[in-house]
Amino acid sequence: MTQIITATSLVKHYPGIVAVDGINLSIRKGICFGLLGPNGAGKTTTIEMLEGILQQTGGTVLYKGEPLGTRYREEVGIQFQHTALQEFLTVRETLELFERLYHHTIPIPELIELCALADILNRDTRKLSGGQRQRLLLALALINDPELIFLDEPTTGLDPQARRNFWDLVKLVMSRNKTIVLTTHYMEEAYALCDEIAIMDKGRIVSQGTPAQLLFEHFGDVVLQIPRADAGGRLFELGLSIAQAADTLEIKTNRLHHTLQQLIENGANLDRLRIRAWTLEDLFINVTGKSPKP
Amino acid sequence: MKKFLAVLHARNMEFLRDRSALTWNLAMPFLLVIGLAFTFSGSNKELYKIGVVGGIETLTRVAPALQSTRHILFVPYDSLATAIDKVKHHQMDMLIDVSGTPRYWINASSPNGYLLERIVWGTEGKQFQRQAVEGAEIRYVDWFLPGILGMNMMFSCLFGVGFVIVRYRKNGFLKRLKATPLGAFHFLFAQLISRLLLIMVITTVVYSGCNLFIDFNMQGSYWTLLLVTTLGATCMISIGLLIAARTASEEFAGGILNAVTWPMMLLSGAWFSLEGTHAWVQQLAQIFPLTHLIAATRAIMAEGATLSQVMPQVWVLAGMSAVFLALGALVFKWE
Repeated sequence: MTQIITATSLVKHYPGIVAVDGINLSIRKGICFGLLGPNGAGKTTTIEMLEGILQQTGGTVLYKGEPLGTRYREEVGIQFQHTALQEFLTVRETLELFERLYHHTIPIPELIELCALADILNRDTRKLSGGQRQRLLLALALINDPELIFLDEPTTGLDPQARRNFWDLVKLVMSRNKTIVLTTHYMEEAYALCDEIAIMDKGRIVSQGTPAQLLFEHFGDVVLQIPRADAGGRLFELGLSIAQAADTLEIKTNRLHHTLQQLIENGANLDRLRIRAWTLEDLFINVTGKSPKP
Repeated sequence: MKKFLAVLHARNMEFLRDRSALTWNLAMPFLLVIGLAFTFSGSNKELYKIGVVGGIETLTRVAPALQSTRHILFVPYDSLATAIDKVKHHQMDMLIDVSGTPRYWINASSPNGYLLERIVWGTEGKQFQRQAVEGAEIRYVDWFLPGILGMNMMFSCLFGVGFVIVRYRKNGFLKRLKATPLGAFHFLFAQLISRLLLIMVITTVVYSGCNLFIDFNMQGSYWTLLLVTTLGATCMISIGLLIAARTASEEFAGGILNAVTWPMMLLSGAWFSLEGTHAWVQQLAQIFPLTHLIAATRAIMAEGATLSQVMPQVWVLAGMSAVFLALGALVFKWE
């Protein structure tokens, strides 16, 4: 598949700080690529260099094999983590303002429908709720019908329902064969949306691949959860890796069939046994040693 | 052009819908003109200025009592013609020539000249020969109005543009625009034209409104006045753009803006004539666009100066505008 954007040996230095330390990235056309990492890992710095907003100290960024230039500005859509809009304008006027800044645009009625803005078109942008504002910002990022869209923590601060609504919107955009680069603190968001992820820590990429591939690589084992009362008498004598959590025991194993046999022979009641799937949050903690929560 | 018009329209809408800012911009100059016209219409100035041709030392010898009178500033002149012109245009209250037979000039329509004449008679008797000069009646409010309008333009241009751009940068709006194909020049030019239109409309409304009550003296061409004020406003907007070109700190921008406006306010001749001040102060005043704006508008309004007569100020204002705008565009940062 064609690479839409590539970064080679990307470096960003600030006085006394190496924010990004030699990152190599190659993002395929048509996928949703997630850039994850704890606070201060260098995600926003990296994404802003990819966006062409921030000048890198070293390395190169190529869009369709060419250095970033005027064409890039016309073909890329960006939703910043923190941004403001021109005050005293309505949603419609804001859309019209940005529409006039590009040569090629999506018809505004289509954008209004896509981002569900019809009910708030005449509302002052200062009076929008968090979810409405994010939908408008996404609409502005889509207004030039971009091939590549950057979403920098687009659902931070939204309530769970608004967040899920936004995911639906992003999936709708993805169905139009757009490439999305997403940064987020929410691992379930990355899992729901991303085809490929990279986890950053201390300015470097420490893990990269598809979510399923990374989970498989990092967690060859599974976790069995069984209520303490159901575990049987001599469980701790079986040589299993057991962690105790409140009234539940967590048994880590990479030999599921054998372990289940051991539990049955130990007289365990398996009716309430559960197999817990490893999540991206587990992966995140595993590779960075930190919680993904902001 | 489409991009420029889009940004221009958006900025205009933003300003027009910000009612508090709009009201303040309209009300402030009215209040200033009315208040100051009321305050300064009377003869409550304490300092009188007498030009002296023939040397201050000679005056001390010829008229010691007058020379030692307090609250009178004596300003030496070499050229009699220049000094007479100052009296004619109310820039000097009286002129005394002690190079030969002592004589003095006053403007017959000047209250200060009248009072000084009495002081001269009281201190020195009638040894001085009276030489009246004729000059058009210029009230203090007529002299003062160009200064008030100029200062209002200065504040609106500098703070209106400077703070708005710093706010845009601070809240991330400029960064959002940077992500679009909009160029810095289009953006800055739209800000300039938006503020210029606003300033010119407000200045016209204020001038016309005040003229209804005060009936200003206007000797020259309104077109020339329009050209000079447009250039003056452009120049000061350009300074505002330059100041706001990089900083994201409103406090810093405020400090710089104050550092620029206060010297202009004090030394550009808006409040008082710089006659009699140190030469270096008068030289320093020449670097301020407000000095040239006020000088040109006073010349047009009070003396009926033609375009060719105010061309020096026109060139200075145009040149400064070009330099400041170019510098502003050159150093401008979106973030």
